[in-house]
Amino acid sequence: MSISGLSIKNKKCFHCGEDCTTDNYQVGFKNFCCAGCKTVYELLNENNLGNYYTIIDAPGISFKGIQSKRFDFLEDEEVIIRLSEFKDDKLTIVNFYIPQIHCSSCIWLLENLYKLNPGISFSKVNFLKKELEVKFYHNKISLRELVELLASTGYEPVIQLDSIEKKKPKINQQLYYKIGIAAFCFGNIMLLSFPEYLSIDIHETFYRTLFGYLNFILALPVFFYSASDYFTSAYKGLKKKIVNINFPLALGILILFVRSAFEIITQTGAGYFDSMTGLVFFLLIGKIFQEKTYAFLNFERSYKSYFPLAVHIKEGGKEKSIPVSKLKVGDRIIIRKNEIIPADSILFEGSGNIDYSFVTGESKPVQKVLGELIYAGGRQLNSAIELEVIKEVSQSYLTQLWNNDSFLKKTESNFVSFTDAVGKYFTLTILLIAFISAAFWLQYSTASALNVLTSVLIVACPCALALSIPFTLGNSIRIFGRNKFYLKNISVIENLAKIKAVIFDKTGTITETGKTNVRFIGPALNPFQKEIVKSLARNSTHPLSRAVYDHLDGNKIYEIENYEEHTGRGIQGFVLGNLVKLGSLNFVKEDVSDGPDSTLYNSDEFGSQVYLSINCNILGYFNISNYYRRGFEQVAGELSKKYGLSVLSGDNENEKENLEKYLKPATQIFFRQTPGDKLNFVKKIQASAKKVLMFGDGLNDAGALAQSNVGVAVTENISYFSPACDAILDAAAFEKIPSFLEFSKTSIKIIYASFIISFLYNIIGLSFAIEGLLSPVVAAILMPLSSVSVVSFATIATNFMAKRRGL
Amino acid sequence: MSVIAVLIIISLLIALGFLIAFLWAVKSGQYNDTYTPSVRILFDDEKKKKDE
Repeated sequence: MSISGLSIKNKKCFHCGEDCTTDNYQVGFKNFCCAGCKTVYELLNENNLGNYYTIIDAPGISFKGIQSKRFDFLEDEEVIIRLSEFKDDKLTIVNFYIPQIHCSSCIWLLENLYKLNPGISFSKVNFLKKELEVKFYHNKISLRELVELLASTGYEPVIQLDSIEKKKPKINQQLYYKIGIAAFCFGNIMLLSFPEYLSIDIHETFYRTLFGYLNFILALPVFFYSASDYFTSAYKGLKKKIVNINFPLALGILILFVRSAFEIITQTGAGYFDSMTGLVFFLLIGKIFQEKTYAFLNFERSYKSYFPLAVHIKEGGKEKSIPVSKLKVGDRIIIRKNEIIPADSILFEGSGNIDYSFVTGESKPVQKVLGELIYAGGRQLNSAIELEVIKEVSQSYLTQLWNNDSFLKKTESNFVSFTDAVGKYFTLTILLIAFISAAFWLQYSTASALNVLTSVLIVACPCALALSIPFTLGNSIRIFGRNKFYLKNISVIENLAKIKAVIFDKTGTITETGKTNVRFIGPALNPFQKEIVKSLARNSTHPLSRAVYDHLDGNKIYEIENYEEHTGRGIQGFVLGNLVKLGSLNFVKEDVSDGPDSTLYNSDEFGSQVYLSINCNILGYFNISNYYRRGFEQVAGELSKKYGLSVLSGDNENEKENLEKYLKPATQIFFRQTPGDKLNFVKKIQASAKKVLMFGDGLNDAGALAQSNVGVAVTENISYFSPACDAILDAAAFEKIPSFLEFSKTSIKIIYASFIISFLYNIIGLSFAIEGLLSPVVAAILMPLSSVSVVSFATIATNFMAKRRGL
Repeated sequence: MSVIAVLIIISLLIALGFLIAFLWAVKSGQYNDTYTPSVRILFDDEKKKKDE
């Protein structure tokens, strides 16, 4: 840390690690970038929590851009009850989702909360889920005070409309129980079967019976508990008149169990309990492997995760905060800067400058004047406004989209239907072989006919077949995950492989949110001019001003005098005595006396223009256009070779020419698409029997994402809100989209190859079975061997192919 | 030879003990979060605060 240097540029905030632009916040030799960071440091220091800074350098969360919120809605008894997991007369337990959790210091601080307030008895972080569980005495600290404490340290929990509506599903512990029991029984049965494997002749029938019955007892929990899912699934399939892949599995397990039990009770053999328990154990392992879940992601979000939980209303001249669900038509609501409008309403007071980019795809904020209707979902960019609600939250224009049928459909996994189809023919063939060979043996004896019948059904049990899918796709989903493409489940891969048409949303999906291409047209600005323009632009939150501010480099920021902001026109102010104006041409031109270069007036360029004048001289304009994601041109080029490509935009045609430069002529481009239009467009393509892959980012794409065969939400930060979808793509991996699609096809080919391997084993096993030679030892060797070879083939092949594709 | 029967019963009981331990571990939530505990264990205890 440099203390001597005059330049404040090199100083990093001790709390959050950002550059300090001012010397105003110092404690001892430590610098802080803002009052928020300094306050947290002091608070932690007072409470002997300085350890926070020793685990990781500058672990804090920056306070820049965070609006202080009010949490008085947390006093509402109903909200408290619905937010808390548990509550008795002393203790309350709540679970918060805190996306800011990012390092071990966070865990340490959040688990030491009890040192900050004695009312907190216990707190525990789940890092992967970014959740914090807090146990507190509600007579010592209220829920509101707790949330305010968290917010004051930078860990403000996300409390949205859906936090109180649904409880998160419990982790599936059942599967672990089942695997544990199956493993225990499998291991012990193997041990007790050793004399049989080694053909040790046990003369004493006592041990034969003892081992047999012990095996029988050990097999019971596996048959009745661990394998129960396969029986219920096969039964459910049969009820719907479908023979699914679980049917031959269940049949195999059943035959194995019945025949082994019969052999042991009649003391005619040792049974196949080792094969049966091993089979169930392997199947369950496959199941746990394919259930790769991303605990920190949520694929089921609706507008309810985007909307705030509470809103401020004005009642009898007083302001209070109520839950959004209690909002009624006619209520007067107050929306502050950067807050979201929760219901369709009419502007009553103040000037609206609404950013709809997330809900409609329009990239520029919309001006609203008194009496105008404002749709729910927009974000107010100016200072506070007052609105009158005209529709309830669930009846608003945007939220009505969720009443569409496409949100009701439960996407049936196609791949299951494919394996089920294989399962169907497979089952029929096996049954046929079993009965024909049994009929053949019937001419010798009934006993050997029965023996052959059961042997065929046992050995044909498609264990390897059933394992090839979970292991191939389970491994692929991990490979995708490593490349920042997070899939909801394994059936998405199979759907990806069948895609014929690709649709992109524009704003936020192929353009980068908050990033723009800025060019200054006109004579180059000197460093001083750049600094004073930057200083002016810094004062406005308008996206165009932000773009200009980010574009200009300059080390110094000057004070602005007589700053004025003219909504919809521009900004102006005096910097060191120079009048600087930024805005529309008319705004900048109005006090220009001598006519400047007239070529500056007429621009036929795409994008938005922000004109600049210093001391009544127009110097030129900033041309601000969308910034397309890196690699978009290549991605679009490669995709259009193989797929029908289209781009849908909720925005106006301003960007058309710019966009066309990136795309092949065959690409369809549509502008001014409403959320409903997008959904219908997807339906239209699907009507021509094409599977559709849709990339989107905002609520306006939600309908289209739900309707398409695979809906992918593109996001710059995976812990931010993204609409309901099948997969979430980190924007950093945008360039890899063609590789992802290719790899999904490869995965399916690997499955086919595994099928062939498993069939080969089946043929070997069947040749034993038909001849009536299937001994428990052969079964016990063949079954694990086929499973292991299929599993290792699937894993190695997917890893190898992923490497070759550069994933 | 009959000692084998006794030994087998004992071995089964021991294995059963491990199974129960595993089931208990799942039930008590040890498989719900497989990452955070690995970080938590590295935090040093503060000795000064312990005296209170």
